[in-house]
Amino acid sequence: MPFHNLQELRHSASLATKVFIQRDYSDGTICKFLTKFPAELDSRIERSLFEETVKTLNCYYAEAEKIGSQSYLEGCLACATAYIIFLCMETRYEKILKKISMYIQEQNEKIYAPRGLLLTDPIERGMRVIEISIFEDSGSTSSSSTGSSPSSATAQ
Amino acid sequence: MSAVMITRKVTRKWEKLPGKNTFCCDGRVMMARQKGVFYLTLFLIVGTCSLFFAFECPYLAVHLSPAIPVFAVLLFVFVVAMLLRTSFSDPGVLPRALPEEANFIEMEIEAANGNVMAGQRPPPRIKNVQINNQIVKLKYCYTCKIFRPPRASHCSICDNCVDRFDHHCPWVGNCVGKRNYRYFYLFTLSLSLLTIYIFAFNIVHVVLRSVDSGFMNTLKETPGTVLEVLVCFFTLWSVVGLTGFHTYLISLNQTTNEDIKGSWSGKNRVQNPYSHKNFIKNCCEVLCGPTYPSVLDRRGVMLEDSTRPTPSDASAASTYKSTNPVSQTTKSSAPLIPNEHTPEEAKPSIGAGTQKSTSSPKEEKPPSPTSPNAVAPAVIKESAH
Repeated sequence: MPFHNLQELRHSASLATKVFIQRDYSDGTICKFLTKFPAELDSRIERSLFEETVKTLNCYYAEAEKIGSQSYLEGCLACATAYIIFLCMETRYEKILKKISMYIQEQNEKIYAPRGLLLTDPIERGMRVIEISIFEDSGSTSSSSTGSSPSSATAQ
Repeated sequence: MSAVMITRKVTRKWEKLPGKNTFCCDGRVMMARQKGVFYLTLFLIVGTCSLFFAFECPYLAVHLSPAIPVFAVLLFVFVVAMLLRTSFSDPGVLPRALPEEANFIEMEIEAANGNVMAGQRPPPRIKNVQINNQIVKLKYCYTCKIFRPPRASHCSICDNCVDRFDHHCPWVGNCVGKRNYRYFYLFTLSLSLLTIYIFAFNIVHVVLRSVDSGFMNTLKETPGTVLEVLVCFFTLWSVVGLTGFHTYLISLNQTTNEDIKGSWSGKNRVQNPYSHKNFIKNCCEVLCGPTYPSVLDRRGVMLEDSTRPTPSDASAASTYKSTNPVSQTTKSSAPLIPNEHTPEEAKPSIGAGTQKSTSSPKEEKPPSPTSPNAVAPAVIKESAH
């Protein structure tokens, strides 16, 4: 396996292609991503790890968009102050977005970078897609699927 | 040498955003281009309230109660705060797809369409999704190069796709969408209350004063009253009507855009899949729901150098800049995007693009020369599936 950390990824890898995980609108307009495993990642990462990442992200977003007592309180308090309080206070959604950003960073460091992949935070893509960049060892000139076959044997 | 670097101005992302918005306060404020009617709205509200405070309030505070001007001030502050919040905030603009995402979607569409015969029009780009047991059609936006999420619509005035697009309001000088709809509603509601309040106390004031001095003398003493009554009278009908209309829309969880298009009306049409069929639940979702963040990152800094970002500093700025070199090449390989061109035709333009990008200075091996070559065989591979 050529990549042991993100530094190595950065210096010795070149971008092969990108995969975009689309939004799942079956539950309405809430932020949720499809857990369908893309074919391009078939040889790069285990299906269960990928699904675990997407499901955890979906849980975070569901918690952020939950309409319950916390969101009512925040809304009523903010309305009573003519929303001026938002100039100094961080909203619940923003707090959860920070948690998501840290989770994605942790996932990249522990799981995705060692497999030559990189997750991009959906907020940087308008919360439309989860962009997964697939990297190649710059020594190989073949396309992504053949290039990863020697590494797939050691990928675990 | 270092003095030159310090004086170099930092470029923020709002300066490079496509669309026809204007930005103020270094990206903190976002509005539409035409702001004339917004200034009129502000002038009418501030002007009428100033007249009220000047002419009516001293008399009413003494003869009736000092609470009257106090409440008027609170209401006025609330109205202006709501107006400014609606006008200055991001309504929920969806950023345009970056070239790789646009290409990925194009490939998906081409794979779904199969072989289109030469001369035949390709089928319309529509995705069907099932929401709450209803089939909703998602349309493709040719400007933003994305499939619009449900309830999103493209505003031609601002040239942006806006999430949960309600309408473009010239009175507030901005679109009304997911992020600022509740402020817009509270603005119309509080403005209705303020108008009724001023109108009512104008009448009270004129009546009380006429008892002492007579009707004509009263009008001579407080000429502002006449102006206020006129403004309030015309405002009342429009603003109260608008508030009523939006209350109706909120109770059904519909947008103005959907109402005008008749998306959920009629027997043969799909029923509104977003409505909870409960007036209270619908109101709560629209008015008390979470405050959605802006996905535009207007104040993010665009880096001038092109170092590859690590996820530790995976801020939007660095990732955006890293894709810029790619956009330089995909601009010249733009023929790949329209349906008419085959991958073979696009290859010479990719080659030309590669030559163009290698001339620009880069620290490490750039993604642009290699990615088109890697993508091109991938494209052929995809279509072979």
